[in-house]
Amino acid sequence: MKALNRREVVAALLERRDGLLVVAGLGAPAWDCTAAGDHPLTFPLWGAMGSACMIGLGLALAQPERRVLVVTGDGEMLMGLGSLATIGVLRPGNLSIVVLDNERYGETGMQKTHTAYGVDLAAVARACRFADARIIRTKAGIVAVRSGIYRARGPLLFQIKVRPDAPALVLPPRDGAHLKQRFREALLGTQ
Amino acid sequence: MPRKTSKTRSADAIDWPAAIHTALKSQRVRQVSYVPDAGHKRLIELCHADKGMTAVPLTTEEEGVALAAGAWLGGERAALLMQSSGVGNCANALTLAATCGFPLLMLVTMRGETGERNPWQVPMGQATPEALRLAGVRTLRLERAEEASAVANTAARIAFEEQSAVALLISQQLIGVKSFEEKR
Repeated sequence: MKALNRREVVAALLERRDGLLVVAGLGAPAWDCTAAGDHPLTFPLWGAMGSACMIGLGLALAQPERRVLVVTGDGEMLMGLGSLATIGVLRPGNLSIVVLDNERYGETGMQKTHTAYGVDLAAVARACRFADARIIRTKAGIVAVRSGIYRARGPLLFQIKVRPDAPALVLPPRDGAHLKQRFREALLGTQ
Repeated sequence: MPRKTSKTRSADAIDWPAAIHTALKSQRVRQVSYVPDAGHKRLIELCHADKGMTAVPLTTEEEGVALAAGAWLGGERAALLMQSSGVGNCANALTLAATCGFPLLMLVTMRGETGERNPWQVPMGQATPEALRLAGVRTLRLERAEEASAVANTAARIAFEEQSAVALLISQQLIGVKSFEEKR
């Protein structure tokens, strides 16, 4: 089966994003989100691997009226597997996680990740009391992902199988203080 | 600061976890995450019972560093409770505080200090102040129950007004040493 193109998937999820708050995991997911349009309400990570979902949880708890999306990779998600258990305790209805699963550590030489051996992140999320968690392999499936992210009761996790290619780098700003401040100003106004 | 050689009964009578809880409330802390420690037992219970707070049990301490960053992005204040062995788990996540300037308030109950009966607690406990300093986290000490309110408020102001990373190290002398004897 022909796996999905990661850039097309992220572009489809982030177009007409309304008030969506986005946390992007380090590496390719951050570049994918930037390629879809740099946005003050996207917080891209350049480090702190394994943190993306927990940043999403803190944000979702602080902003219960907003939809929160974490876009990350399989390698980053594997480093923070315990955060799925923590999210499963709080079960915020406004939090979704999209794992762009190319089954590789793309930034370090395309080494296989655990998902290449069949480790099923969606099954882990279901076991952690997520409201819904699925593996997505088709373009038709992306429609359901989009509907879930913007409307369904979370927490949700979508493990989207994507091709292990390396599209052109589209880098977000790398000044962390700037990324933090512009996010807060866009969300909360100047304080 | 002169250190008392033995705790007095009057010091024991001061409910220092409640004083810290009150300080967190007055500093508008809304998310309190933790990996349990016996020394944090009462504070964890107080935070769970407080409808104005969300208590978040973690699987590992670095989750709490990231949670606090997310809370701040969303306009809320967070605190992170752990014992000193958890400080080592936080090392790389503390990048968030150091590079982005996220406020971070850590409340760390100390193991591996004077009188520790578990040698496996000693290396990380002894390394805790220096490990935090290397990661860019300021440290304050809480040695005596009657200082809990003032020191906790100071730590919170450093975190949220200076917007810095700070750890309040709660002395093992204050908590008491784990005995490893069956309760009778």
